[in-house]
Amino acid sequence: MQHKNIREFERPVEEIEKKIEELRFSREMTPDTAREIRRLEEKRDRLIKDIYSSLTPWQITLVARHPARPYTLDYIGLVFDEFEELHGDRLYRDDPAIVGGLARIEGRKVVVIGHQKGRNTKERFYRNYGMPHPEGYRKAKRLMELAQRFSRPIITFIDTPGAAPDIEAEERGQAVAIAENLLYMAGLGVPVVSAVIGEGGSGGALAIGVANRVLMLEYSIYSVISPEGCAAILWKDGSKAELAAAQLRMGARELEKLGIVDRVVEEPPGGAHRNYELAAKSLKKALLESLEELSALTPDEIREARYRKFRRMGVSTEGD
Amino acid sequence: MIWFKKDIFSRGKEKTVRVPQGLWVKCNHCNEIIYRKEVERNSEVCPKCNYHFRISARRRIEITLDEGSFVEHDGNISPVDALGFRDMKRYTERIGAAQQKAGLKDAIVCGEGTIEDRRLLLGVFEFSFMGGSMGSVVGEKIARLFERAMEERVPVVIFASSGGARMQEGILSLVQMAKTSAAIERIRRKAIPYISVLTDPTTGGVTASFATLADVIIAEPRALIGFAGPRVIEETIRQKLPEGFQRAEYLLEHGMIDMIVERKKMRHTLAKLIELLTD
Ligand SMILES: [Zn+2]
Repeated sequence: MQHKNIREFERPVEEIEKKIEELRFSREMTPDTAREIRRLEEKRDRLIKDIYSSLTPWQITLVARHPARPYTLDYIGLVFDEFEELHGDRLYRDDPAIVGGLARIEGRKVVVIGHQKGRNTKERFYRNYGMPHPEGYRKAKRLMELAQRFSRPIITFIDTPGAAPDIEAEERGQAVAIAENLLYMAGLGVPVVSAVIGEGGSGGALAIGVANRVLMLEYSIYSVISPEGCAAILWKDGSKAELAAAQLRMGARELEKLGIVDRVVEEPPGGAHRNYELAAKSLKKALLESLEELSALTPDEIREARYRKFRRMGVSTEGD
Repeated sequence: MIWFKKDIFSRGKEKTVRVPQGLWVKCNHCNEIIYRKEVERNSEVCPKCNYHFRISARRRIEITLDEGSFVEHDGNISPVDALGFRDMKRYTERIGAAQQKAGLKDAIVCGEGTIEDRRLLLGVFEFSFMGGSMGSVVGEKIARLFERAMEERVPVVIFASSGGARMQEGILSLVQMAKTSAAIERIRRKAIPYISVLTDPTTGGVTASFATLADVIIAEPRALIGFAGPRVIEETIRQKLPEGFQRAEYLLEHGMIDMIVERKKMRHTLAKLIELLTD
């Protein structure tokens, strides 16, 4: 997969890849050239492993937002046997920042919902950078109601910078739309498995994330606020985002330790954007195993387990 | 103060003075200089322009409940710096300073009392405590409030004033939105009244969770209520926001709240609503 937007820390990798490319196309393929290419490829793979084994929280943020990173519809295409997209909230409009529909995964019928970002300038605008308006959350809720009626497990993919912060969103009740989803998801009698696949931005992410199992791709982030927003408020300086990223503990491993994430899904070496198929395979395995774990529970048990799970979250102390 | 059965504000006594020294106060809205006693007598509302001053949790309880009826619950739950968070200050320092200033352990006071002799469970945000932000303690206390309401079948009233989730607790504060909403999901199955009063300001994760999930949503006049803060929106859309945007009157017009109630009439309105919702 060719990707132009290489992050700063990936530059050394990019340079080796350029060399490999040059060797491939500029010379005839002698055994020496082939050997040289193999050597460079090994060097590249080692370098990727090196870089990705010690990413800083800020670097993870950049990978999570990588413009070549697979998005919800990419995973849907690779993970599910079948997908029939459904549209609209029946109230106002169809919000392209959230997609969803009926799907089948290894024969199992499910409802799938996810934030959707755009790949190019035009599509990014169309998808509003993956930032839903109230109608997006209401569409998600409508699909969850459908899942409830037909006893279908729900799979959600989380990938948003946050809910849209604009006049229209406020006018149409962004806060209520999110709140209603949190409440509705808490009461669902069907299993819900959520996977953070890129950016888990605040309430706009959580609004489709009240799940029995929360999975998180290795180089994703999930946070109460973006590092830039946090820096602007607490450091009074948006450029301190790198510091904020480290303080917020947004990475998958840290969130697993905090009891927020149930399972970290490993990504291919160098991140999901380097190998969609491998990333999807890894995610699919985790999704299927999670669904299997939940399949024996009754609706009441599912609801109760989800309540207990979120009820436990948080750290405080009691006593004088 | 004497009317508190359990004196919750004894910590940091000198901080319990609810208004800075001086006999006169300037109204934030009409800029009139007013005799402070007059504002106090008027439930902390400007007698000239009806501006509702922001008030402490303690003062709110005082003017809302029947005298002497309040008993605090869960007053000993304290925040923990689970992330080791440090911005320009350590979170632990911020907690310490806020506790000193407010005389509370965190940004909400919960308990029970009566309004016109009707028993209810009450939660009141303290905005001066880190902007009334919701972290683990606030989430825990709200969850317990609803769980208690379920057990005892008592109505719940929450007065919100909050900037949203508490950043210093990272994701732990975000998930309090789910935790509190889940608690309401359960109480909804039991037909126990829950009334939310949105006061100036209520934004972010608090608006987007329990505060807008009530059976009846009330706002105080001119209270700022929204999901995103006005500054964030202005930065996003790069234009000035229209006058009155995100104010209580705007929300009423757009169908987001049930009514706007003046502070003077709040007690009686709450009593009436609870009575109409109770068998
Ligand atoms: Zn005034």
